[in-house]
Amino acid sequence: MKDNGYEYSVVRGFAFSALFWLVVGLIVGLWIAFEMFNPALNITPWLSFGRLRVVHTNGLGLGFGLAGIFATSYYMLQRLTRTPLPFPKLAKVHLWLFNAAIALAAISLMAGMNTTKEYAELEWPLDIGVVILWVMFAVNVFAILIKRREKQMYISLWYLIAMTVTIAVLYIVNNLEVPVTLFKSYSIYAGANDANVEWWYAHNIVGFIFTVPVLAMFYYFLPKATGLPIYSHRLSIVSFWSLIFAYLWTGAHHLMLTPLPEWIQTVAIAFSIFLIAPSWGSVMNGYYTLQGNWEQMRSNYLAKFFILGITFYGLQTLQGPLQGLRTLNAFFHYTDWVVGHVHMGTMGWVTMIISASFYYMIPKITGREIYSIRLANVHFWFILAGQLVWTITMWIGGIQQGAMWKATNPDGSLMYSFLDGLTSLYPYYRIRFAGGVVYFIGILIFGWNLIQTVRQRPATAEA
Amino acid sequence: MGINSKPVVFAVLSAVVILIGTVVTVFVPLLMPSTQPVSSYVKPYTAVELEGRDIYIREGCNNCHTQTVRPLRTEVLRYGEYSKAEEFAYDRPFLWGSRRTGPDLNRLGGKYPDSWHYKHMQSPQSMFELSNMPPYGWLAANRLDTSNSFRKTSIQGFGYTEQQVKQQIADYQARVTASNYDSKTTRDLVTPTNLRGELTEMDAIIAYMQKLGRDVKSLEAGR
Repeated sequence: MKDNGYEYSVVRGFAFSALFWLVVGLIVGLWIAFEMFNPALNITPWLSFGRLRVVHTNGLGLGFGLAGIFATSYYMLQRLTRTPLPFPKLAKVHLWLFNAAIALAAISLMAGMNTTKEYAELEWPLDIGVVILWVMFAVNVFAILIKRREKQMYISLWYLIAMTVTIAVLYIVNNLEVPVTLFKSYSIYAGANDANVEWWYAHNIVGFIFTVPVLAMFYYFLPKATGLPIYSHRLSIVSFWSLIFAYLWTGAHHLMLTPLPEWIQTVAIAFSIFLIAPSWGSVMNGYYTLQGNWEQMRSNYLAKFFILGITFYGLQTLQGPLQGLRTLNAFFHYTDWVVGHVHMGTMGWVTMIISASFYYMIPKITGREIYSIRLANVHFWFILAGQLVWTITMWIGGIQQGAMWKATNPDGSLMYSFLDGLTSLYPYYRIRFAGGVVYFIGILIFGWNLIQTVRQRPATAEA
Repeated sequence: MGINSKPVVFAVLSAVVILIGTVVTVFVPLLMPSTQPVSSYVKPYTAVELEGRDIYIREGCNNCHTQTVRPLRTEVLRYGEYSKAEEFAYDRPFLWGSRRTGPDLNRLGGKYPDSWHYKHMQSPQSMFELSNMPPYGWLAANRLDTSNSFRKTSIQGFGYTEQQVKQQIADYQARVTASNYDSKTTRDLVTPTNLRGELTEMDAIIAYMQKLGRDVKSLEAGR
């Protein structure tokens, strides 16, 4: 075997944990999508929209997203440093504690233990748990980097270092709170400051969980899956440093036209526009990597996932800064447009890249061939179609709602009641639900394909 | 390339790079009084209102309702005077929200009588057939837990004595259980018999609803 001493059981454990939380998170997502046009589904307090929505976001962001990141990180770290994991037992404890924490998170959120700060809703005992889990991960990250046998750190490792450092800063600063009881706390910040800290956190937690490590996967697995070297090393250096520098200035574009001081909002707009450059640096690096080999879009099923994924990343990073502009934000903010925006990133970019990374990685670590390329193609088209129906519907609905909120009669009075605007969205909510079902079927096919892959007999012994 | 073979230096440099924007746009504003002004017309929540706010938090109402009116013409027409920073001086955490599935609530206080809220919380669909808001009638079946009320107000720094907190709770209980309470009929309708003489979670969340934007409205009325 060429894999001398690499620790792959943790990689596999996290990969299947990711799959599990993905399915759970999507079921919750479908449930709340249904509640949006049929409130009869709010059967008990535990299943009411207000509580379940955070189970959906945390289950997918923390459960699926983080597990996928841990799986691929433990794999990439070992491969890129040509070094076995220094503390494999620690990583195994990390795996079990992680799943216990996500399960507790889901239960506590359904029970209403919720700080309301978006993507930081967990109450303080779980916050401490998250920090401990992160330290356990970081110990292996830095130990393997220090012990590494490969002198140069490849691009993906830069992104993993930046993620490890930044998530720690973000999580700790935003979750500073004073406990009232074991299950209840109050933020140490008040009002406008609390909002500013929260959206600095929320914007960047999305950035450093849904962008930075996913770019690490992209830069590693795209060349691996296609056999093509990354187009420009220099472009990746410029993109990396300008991305991590500019990201942290932009949180306040979520607070446009609120009582937050105007200068913070304006600075956020400026840096948001700037962010288009490093984001598209990675997009172009991806496209040019396939230069001259575009036939792989037909011949290599993984190339489709990566190229469509980076395309949605590119669209996402154009749409984001534009809807941050004050005038456009006045129209779009608080509507379903933004919900569509978020889901293009998560359903289009993040899931596409993690799917393809798993398709490449799972056969490698288990010594088996992928069960079915054909099913992987079906999975691809289902999640692509489901996502497009989902997001485009929400954009149209968002434009409609924004327009109805603003519409006035010739005498200057409002043309529509709030309820008029809401009920006009119900047809869109039904279509959105249907798109979600299509997407969910695609994910079930993905899961089936991976499970069947590891259940096969190992391929004839690898040389 | 030097730095790409030095992981610790790389990590430290990354930390410095991400902290620049953080310090300028987040840490420095924390120290500027202009970011979170305090004005005397904005009063802290009473113990009952704070308990109601915690129920609002527990139920995740912020997932569908915002609490900031933006300075836009149609928004002021729809909800009232736009929101100012000083109104949120006692908000820990802030509850501005990010999505308006339901309307903004920052100017809700005093807009409807308590009876409207009792009825609406019990069954939003009975008042607006097509509303998608979950029903919250079960809040009226939960006795309000006030065992931590004093601790909560002191952590929030509202400056009440334990006696004052008890008084606020007793006063509000007396108000909603009085025979001449203007919303008595509706309250009795939604509240189980054995709790009609006590404070329920429903009473508290309605007290909180009625506080939202109240200080601004009384300031305007006094002008």
